[in-house]
Amino acid sequence: MNHKLILQYLGKVLSLLAAFMLLPLLVSLVNGDLIEARGFVFTILMLMAVGIPLGRLKASTTKLYAKEGFIIVAVSWLALSFFGALPFYFSGAIPSFIDCLFETVSGFTTTGASILRDVESLSPGILLWRSFTHWIGGMGVLIFLMAIIPAVAGDRALHLLKAESPGHDPGKLVPKMHQTSMLLYVIYLVLTVVEILLLLAGGMSPFHSIITAMGTASTGGFSSMNASIAGFNSLYCEIVVAVFMFLFGINFNIFYLLFIRRLTGALKNEELRVYFGVVVAAIALITINLTGTTYPTVGQSLRYAAFQVCSYITTTGFFSITQMNWPLFSRMILLALMFFGGCSGSTAGGLKISRIVIVWKEIRRALFQIIHPRSVEIVKLDGKAVDKGLVHGVCVYCCLCIFLFFSSLFIVSLDNMDVETTVSAVASCLNNVGAALGKVGPGGNYADFSPLSKGVLAFNMLLGRLELYPLLLLISPRTWRTV
Amino acid sequence: MNIVIVGDGKVGYSLAEQLCKEGYNITVIDKNAEALMHTQETLDVMGVLGNGASIAVQNQAGVPDCDVLIAATSADEMNMLCCLTAKNLGAKHTIARIRNPEYMSQLQTLKEQFGLSMTVNPELETAREIARVIKFSPALKIETFSKGRVELIEFKISQNSPIAHKKLMELPAATNTQVLICAVDRDNQVHIPGGDFQLLPEDHIHITGTTADITRFLHSIGEDGMPIRRIMIVGGGRICYYLCHMLLEDRGIDIKIVEKNRDRCDELCELLPKVTVIHGDGSDIELLESEGMDQMDAFIALTGMDEENLIMSMVASHKGIPKIITKTARFKYMPLISRMGIDTVVNPKSTTTSQIVQYVRAMSNAEGSNIITLHKILDGNAEAAEFVATEKTRHLDTPLKNLRLKENLLIAVIVRDGKVIIPHGQDIIRKGDSVIVVTSEHRLTDLNDIFRD
Repeated sequence: MNHKLILQYLGKVLSLLAAFMLLPLLVSLVNGDLIEARGFVFTILMLMAVGIPLGRLKASTTKLYAKEGFIIVAVSWLALSFFGALPFYFSGAIPSFIDCLFETVSGFTTTGASILRDVESLSPGILLWRSFTHWIGGMGVLIFLMAIIPAVAGDRALHLLKAESPGHDPGKLVPKMHQTSMLLYVIYLVLTVVEILLLLAGGMSPFHSIITAMGTASTGGFSSMNASIAGFNSLYCEIVVAVFMFLFGINFNIFYLLFIRRLTGALKNEELRVYFGVVVAAIALITINLTGTTYPTVGQSLRYAAFQVCSYITTTGFFSITQMNWPLFSRMILLALMFFGGCSGSTAGGLKISRIVIVWKEIRRALFQIIHPRSVEIVKLDGKAVDKGLVHGVCVYCCLCIFLFFSSLFIVSLDNMDVETTVSAVASCLNNVGAALGKVGPGGNYADFSPLSKGVLAFNMLLGRLELYPLLLLISPRTWRTV
Repeated sequence: MNIVIVGDGKVGYSLAEQLCKEGYNITVIDKNAEALMHTQETLDVMGVLGNGASIAVQNQAGVPDCDVLIAATSADEMNMLCCLTAKNLGAKHTIARIRNPEYMSQLQTLKEQFGLSMTVNPELETAREIARVIKFSPALKIETFSKGRVELIEFKISQNSPIAHKKLMELPAATNTQVLICAVDRDNQVHIPGGDFQLLPEDHIHITGTTADITRFLHSIGEDGMPIRRIMIVGGGRICYYLCHMLLEDRGIDIKIVEKNRDRCDELCELLPKVTVIHGDGSDIELLESEGMDQMDAFIALTGMDEENLIMSMVASHKGIPKIITKTARFKYMPLISRMGIDTVVNPKSTTTSQIVQYVRAMSNAEGSNIITLHKILDGNAEAAEFVATEKTRHLDTPLKNLRLKENLLIAVIVRDGKVIIPHGQDIIRKGDSVIVVTSEHRLTDLNDIFRD
């Protein structure tokens, strides 16, 4: 294990975090909130004190192997969570440190689960930092680092992309890693700005537009209102946010293909088609279920169903209703959608549609094999054979996900809450959704969980965002053994 | 500049590595997922899985917008088809590796028909490299510039050489010749020496000058070398075939080929009537000895197995054969090999790579003074490049001593109207001059790159 190299990357990440904090610091200063500004200044100084010396370390070999790639990502994200929590603590916005950590992890991992009972009482600087963590975490810090420092995006940087980027097989858009990460961030930024402009056009204030757009772009779900999107009480805003949630659940490769005018290639993408199909089917089922039972008209049912489906499948976790008095069938569909997640290569969490498709095809193949033991069939995605090793990896990933889900469930169940709350809270954190069902559904929050459960849930969020492996490798003794 | 490489084998990888270092955007196409994954993980390139001659795959790899497509798969026909497809899709330049001797006579037609910008034949180039060293025996390696007017030779300083422990500035007086030592390899460290650099035994030095001057220089320090008459070659592949053709142009050279494959032996007999062909395993030392290995002037190991080549060469070295030339496919062993007493190592892969890199570099420099020749020396740790000075070149007609050149860089030779000048402080660069520059750190695409300002 190349410790110096790992620390060197960590140093660069921390320096970058210090730079990111200048933005909320500026907002605090403009608002004249000096205690809060002091909190940011303290954190920035600490980050610089640790980050700059580490960033200057010289490793004897700069060759990055898969192992180092995973560990760099895991260590960076843990450090981000710790230092990112400090402004909340120093400014006194959130008194308990475990709560600060929970809120920050929830931010960086784009979960959007909050322990705050009253968001509207927070000052703009803290609110902005809370949502800004979403935006940074959505596309990834190391990818940002690669976009701004070409030297970081060296020959072996693919390992970093693979460890940080979601999906079963992350790859590049263009030959150079530096340009790939730049393109990803440009697409991300442009879409975010377009959403901000559309929300402004709908009469939302600039501050709320920025917070909401950051929450949507990263598929995070932190809002500046206690009642989330329902608080704005505007059909136009709901439509804009729902459409953008859907868009940010799409693989960014598709936007790139559209950008270079390869329309057919983009529309033929199998994952995109399944994603679209699942969204339409879920909206239809929930609308039918809601009409007459919860809401009187089809129009109303469709409005709430569409928004909630987009919010849960992309693992954003915004809501446009203040209370979830929906029938159980609809709620269970939402629970299932949490596990689906968006497309690979998007900012969404969950298992990802591509994995579901591969597992589904593998199950069909395995069943067919039982009837025709000598048959030869291969799993295909987009008309191309998926490597057997990759199929195996996807199956292992899904099983591991279920295993971790139940392990966490047992610990959280010690709090003795109701089944729906416990199950959905764990599912929600593991899949980076945020809002769940029951007490943690629309209008609720995570404040009532015990510190132990909060810790487990926060760990689940990190596991979910980094797709399990980096963190598990970090705590596995085998990683650290030399032989 | 966008470059697509078809074929992720030894040459493909080495090309991708080299061109990636030069900062181009590289996409590699191959059918082998495992090889492709390894390339993507170790180099900053993009991989596309599939048949490189298929239009769909080429489209996916961005061939329509690419500047160069290099086809380096193992099959000549495949390479030609790749280039033809790419040309039709809109690739600006195409380079194909074509190495079947039977196609060599029709290369010009092929180039025209398929619209190829360049063809490369690693085996032919390697054979040329070996032939040069055989014909000029003191040198370990020879590269040429300016249509052969200037040579760059590598040469090892022996223990009791008169120039050992001498400083460079004392050399002209000691040898009374016009040559320049432009690079020194000491313990795998590259030095671009200045006047007060002291030479030590076992140093590998690189000398530039005219053939006549270099011969005189070597004569003055007692390193004439002896003419090579009897040659044993183990491994009768394509390099061997090309090499025998070249060597047999001179009278009085006797060649003995040892080849394992009976059918190939018959072919060689037919193609090369003047050589002796022995059917047998070259790794069988007994056989080599009975065929008179000890009396040979030169031993050349050209089998397809690196390990066999190295072991045979070590045996030959032990027997005191004066000239030993070994082919290896893998580049990474070079530092080890030079310690084993095997001095001349040829590597078809690196020969091909530097040929293509030279072409690509010259192309990426649309205006100004193009690279004419580029040689990677010292296992690729330094390069010697030849440029022509044009009106765009800065600091023309300024005495060299007044120029501020980059570090670890040396103007080795200036060729003016066919006359070779070993430059001194008061010499100047004029428009139209060929300038040969040696550097260990910089990557030069233009003559102006050598100046600090």
